[in-house]
Amino acid sequence: MDKRVLVVEDEPNISEAIRFILTRNGWHVDVTADGVAAIGDLQANPPDLLILDLMLPGVSGFDILKALRADPATQAMPVLMLTAKGQTADREEAQRLGVTRFMTKPFANSDVVAAVREMAGS
Amino acid sequence: MSFNLLVLTCIAYVIFLFIVASAAERSAQQGRAKWLRSPLVYTLSLSVYCTAWTFYGAVGYAARSGLEFMTIYLGPTLVFVGWWVLLRKLVRIGRENRVTSIADLISARYGKSNLLGVIVTLLCVAAGTPYIALQLQSIALSFTVFVSDQGRAPLAADRNLIAFWVAAGLTFFTIAFGTRNLDANEQHHGVVTAIAVEAVVKLLALIAVGIFVVWFVATGPSDILARIDAQALPEWTIQPGRWTGLILLSAIAIICLPRMFQVTVVENIDDKHLATASWAFPLYLFLISLFVLPIAVVGMELMPEGANPDMFVLTLPLHLGQDGLALLSFLGGFSAATSMVIVASLALATMVSNHIVVPLWLKLRAARNLDTGNMRLLVLSVRRLSIGLVLALGYIYYIISGGSEALAAIGLVAFVGVAQALPALLGALFWRGASRNGAALGLSIGTFLWFYALFLPSFGPDVLLPAQLMEHGLFGQSWLRPYSLFGLTTLDPLLHALFWSLSLNTLAFCIGSLLSFPSPIERVQGALFVNIFDRPGPARSWTTPVAQAEDLLPMAQRILGASAGQAFFRAQAQAQGKNGFLPDITPDFLQGLELKMSGSVGAATAHAMISQTVGTTVVSVEDLMAVASETAQIIEYSSQLEAKSEELSRTARKLRDANEKLRTLSDQKDAFLSQISHELRTPMTSIRAFSEIMMDADGLSPEEQTHFARIIHDESIRLTRLLDDLLDLSVLEHGQVSLDIRPANLRDLIDKSITASKSVQAQRDFRILRSRDPEDVQIVTDPGRLTQVFINILSNARKYCDASDPQMKIIVRQKDTMLEIDFIDNGSGIPRDKQALIFEKFSRLTDSLQAGGAGLGLAICREIMNNLGGDIDYVPGQGGAAFRVSLPVLLERPPATAVTSSSPIDAAGAD
Repeated sequence: MDKRVLVVEDEPNISEAIRFILTRNGWHVDVTADGVAAIGDLQANPPDLLILDLMLPGVSGFDILKALRADPATQAMPVLMLTAKGQTADREEAQRLGVTRFMTKPFANSDVVAAVREMAGS
Repeated sequence: MSFNLLVLTCIAYVIFLFIVASAAERSAQQGRAKWLRSPLVYTLSLSVYCTAWTFYGAVGYAARSGLEFMTIYLGPTLVFVGWWVLLRKLVRIGRENRVTSIADLISARYGKSNLLGVIVTLLCVAAGTPYIALQLQSIALSFTVFVSDQGRAPLAADRNLIAFWVAAGLTFFTIAFGTRNLDANEQHHGVVTAIAVEAVVKLLALIAVGIFVVWFVATGPSDILARIDAQALPEWTIQPGRWTGLILLSAIAIICLPRMFQVTVVENIDDKHLATASWAFPLYLFLISLFVLPIAVVGMELMPEGANPDMFVLTLPLHLGQDGLALLSFLGGFSAATSMVIVASLALATMVSNHIVVPLWLKLRAARNLDTGNMRLLVLSVRRLSIGLVLALGYIYYIISGGSEALAAIGLVAFVGVAQALPALLGALFWRGASRNGAALGLSIGTFLWFYALFLPSFGPDVLLPAQLMEHGLFGQSWLRPYSLFGLTTLDPLLHALFWSLSLNTLAFCIGSLLSFPSPIERVQGALFVNIFDRPGPARSWTTPVAQAEDLLPMAQRILGASAGQAFFRAQAQAQGKNGFLPDITPDFLQGLELKMSGSVGAATAHAMISQTVGTTVVSVEDLMAVASETAQIIEYSSQLEAKSEELSRTARKLRDANEKLRTLSDQKDAFLSQISHELRTPMTSIRAFSEIMMDADGLSPEEQTHFARIIHDESIRLTRLLDDLLDLSVLEHGQVSLDIRPANLRDLIDKSITASKSVQAQRDFRILRSRDPEDVQIVTDPGRLTQVFINILSNARKYCDASDPQMKIIVRQKDTMLEIDFIDNGSGIPRDKQALIFEKFSRLTDSLQAGGAGLGLAICREIMNNLGGDIDYVPGQGGAAFRVSLPVLLERPPATAVTSSSPIDAAGAD
């Protein structure tokens, strides 16, 4: 069975691109634009990997990451955080909160695929 | 000796005194005969203390009470020997302030209060009157005594008539010499010299009688001592309490008696004379009292029963047939009486005229708006009249009190009266806190008690005070009996009155002073009086330097600055022919230094500082006053500084505010850039991702290819629009926009905007409710820009209105020169906490790509409207999202028109 990745992203075009790339590489990709709903979904049905946008309506990617790391069930889940803001302060904050990988938009598709593969392998 | 001869002798004696006085006056005017103002003359003039009371009365006193008469001499002796510091201070103050009387001094000290002057004057007149009466009485008595042995003359029987003529004669003499001119310092050389001569006469007379008694009547001192022992009466026992009281009383009298003040203070020309007087005057008192007891004892032995012991000095020689000695004795008594009357009436007249008549006269004149006229003549006339008045009062008292024959008693009554001035006087000299109110209160209470408990009763029952009252007290209250106030019955009337009047006077004075705050002039006068010796001379020169230059240099450096101070010291040292920085401390150098420092810190401070360092003088009151005024200037200066510093802190606050604003702006700029970065990267992310997909994937279906290409296309458009908005906003914000101002019809513009906005969510049915007539307004504005704003509002409504049946009302209102266009939809509106944010950049409330735009729309709208001279606001509480656009009907010229501009991008916003 394919490994499952959850993409939390409010830009439909971007999440569609990620879904296309990862599906092509043998992942099962779920997409949600709603950060609040994503937190419940993550705990109910934890994916193998999480791709998380930083700027989400209503709730920030940091909040989701924090909740994730606080829950023993999802504590070790690999998380790839994507942001269009790309400020160092954000990167540092993400690392402090225990992010696995941090990438700025726009990204190279190959980088995302490599990162996901690496994270899933480890 | 016949009565006529006696009168002639008296007249001759007075003429002799006249000549002496005139000669002295003339010499003084010509500046010759300095010996006239020698310490000797000064000391002899002090003997005015020894009146007829002393001359005749002391013997009577001794006959009645033994050695107690000595107390009258011991008090002054103690003052002159033991407390001449007080006298020196008194004399110095008197001379420096040109004091004319004790009333003047007290008045001057307590803020130049005329009230006090009046009180003291009345007190002194009241106390002085019996005293003058006493002198008149003694002269009259001596006349009758002298003449009675020699057969009757018509005049001799009538003592009152004699007293009258004596009073008249003395009035004439006093006027003649006391008011010849108005010296600024009220000194009377002629009078003083005459008094000195009289002092010699009375001393010689008494000693002559004494020698006669001791060596010619008795056989020498030992015989006299034996007789004294034989005569000793029970009353002669020394009563310590009474002695103490009487010594105290006479000590006070020598200070407070107006005539003593006159000769001691007013007539003093050099306070060094006091040094001589401090031993010479007690010596005089000793000599004059030396034979009192022998005369009394021998008189009591030899004189017939019932002879008045007060007249022993005169009657004893007469009795023993020594007419020449008797005449000398008579002249001595005459001298004692006249000198007292002359000086006392002079002193009292000065007070009366200076403190009562002249002020009253001036007030009356001022009230009637009259010219003050010839003041000199006026004062002289008043003075002369006052002398007459004082003597007339004395004469009247003499007539009224004719019954009381004991001379000493009258004298002591006067003593207690003038003693009331003591607290105020001592306070004037030694207590800076003493105040006018305290002095007035003490003086009033003391005077009243003296009047009630001693003066009025002294006439005897039923003369001035009813016997009833004296027996049972005022209003029948026994504790108000004049001779035993407050139930104090153990003291004799004199000490009783002294005790109550002086203690309550002092108490009232102290309490009154402590409770009242002295006026500035009182405080200045108080400081000047109390610190009279601390004051350097008027030149403020440096006389006795003791400091070292090493001490002065650091101070000078502190004031002048190190190099300037050193330079000054070096220059001074060189001027003295010395090397280095330390000149000799000469008065010249100190004065130069003071002057130099004055330039920096002010004269007073400079003087005070040098004083302190040099250590020669205590800082004077004048210095302090000057320091105070400099301090006032410093305070003024520092308040200016304070104002400046307030201004500074205002500026600092402004700066802080500006800084705060800058920081906020900087933060906003960072947030803005971060936001722009996000807004730009987001479409670019999609574009890049899908281009990469299309580049490296072969197996894409044609549908997928088209779909992905459309995404890339749409995101590129989004990117472009964002850049356009940013550019537009930047242009608008910097006022660099060039407006295309033309006439237009508002309704046409709204029509156009509605049409343009229909492309947004074209599938949604969106009803527009309009009232077309009010829209029909001709306006002058930039139609393109205004349309841009309308389209933005309409598009937003189409995007965000969450009503199931979305609709929008457009209401146009004209208010004077302004148009208001309200756009109100029927959605849930914008939450209250977000209403303030919507016009900020990137304030997109919800994050839906569908809605499009980057959140710059309303920010741009606000900028546009500001450029069009109007505004756009969110209007809460209208049942939905409500925007009000206001603009002038006729836009003259844009408020911030830029000369150059990049061409605006057309109708961006939200279509």
